[in-house]
Amino acid sequence: MSEIKKFMYVNRRAPYGTIYAWESLEVVLIGAAFEQDVSMAFIDDGVYQLIKGQDTTGLEMKNFSPTYAALGDYEVTKIYIEKESLEERGLTLDDLQHLTWEDEDEDWAEKDSIQLISRAEMVKVFADQDVFFNF
Amino acid sequence: MKFTIQVNEGPYQHQATDSAYLFTKAALEKGHEIFRVFFYHDGVNNGTRLTTPPQDDRNIVKRWGELSAGHDLGLVICGAAAQRRGIVDDGEAERNGKDATNIAEGFRISGLGQLVEGAIQSDRLVVFGD
Amino acid sequence: MLHIVNKSPYDRNSLDTAVSYKADGDIFLLIEDGVYAAMKSGAAASKLDGCSVSVLGADIAARGIAEDKLIDGVSVIDYAGFVDLVEANEKVQSWL
Repeated sequence: MSEIKKFMYVNRRAPYGTIYAWESLEVVLIGAAFEQDVSMAFIDDGVYQLIKGQDTTGLEMKNFSPTYAALGDYEVTKIYIEKESLEERGLTLDDLQHLTWEDEDEDWAEKDSIQLISRAEMVKVFADQDVFFNF
Repeated sequence: MKFTIQVNEGPYQHQATDSAYLFTKAALEKGHEIFRVFFYHDGVNNGTRLTTPPQDDRNIVKRWGELSAGHDLGLVICGAAAQRRGIVDDGEAERNGKDATNIAEGFRISGLGQLVEGAIQSDRLVVFGD
Repeated sequence: MLHIVNKSPYDRNSLDTAVSYKADGDIFLLIEDGVYAAMKSGAAASKLDGCSVSVLGADIAARGIAEDKLIDGVSVIDYAGFVDLVEANEKVQSWL
């Protein structure tokens, strides 16, 4: 019962056009309390979720993008961005939020949460997971 | 083997809930355990008893309820998603001052943690959605 | 890994992405509108080259796709077979 599973949240949806991105982030936040080994992958349009400078005022929708910055506090520290998806959309890491976490084992040193990896590397990351959450 | 099933879409609009139902039924018939069926996103709309499909169509809501009754199957609706979409049981009605409930027989509203717990406790999580 | 694809390859990129994530021993299960990818007459059929593919029989029947219209080597299974595939594959992913 106390076995720790490797959870992979796979994000392939853009924000706002549908609610999937926001409600899946809610699962990640709630799931953090269960102390599993959590990773998130951003693939295809999912990379749009992390773009900087989102302003939803004109939509009268909640701008949930600041929530990603809190993921480190929830000990969600492995955030994989697929390089091919980012490049296909003409984006670079500079277009995305800079997400960090504090490593208590190293005197709370600030570390990057985001890892930009190729699709081939992502396949290897996936091969190491137990459960996939798809939204 | 133990399965948790996640349903992300409502009835009739998308085939996801039909696929999930037929998968769940087949798994039960093969003697597997369904730890839980979790309804998320618009999937919470599977849990309203107020649907009236035409006589010659399947009754998706009732069909889930009957499967639940026959196999002691937990049909759990995400509370946060249900609040947004107006799926209400007695507890929700009281907490949020609603003048009616609409939850269908066999379903219950609970937290998102039930999905995460399902994934932990089960051998497989199978997601049906759009 | 069992990759479940439920989108038409002519509508969304789910199949493209799923196939690009193929590792040795992986199986692709096409359900719902995903089954259109398995029609050998379609341009998308070649996307499945070298893949081990199953389709849900109920989904092809509903869409008027006869088994002889499918790519050679595709397995047609029922929901019980779907359950067996999930049981047989430790990892399952739905490319929604």
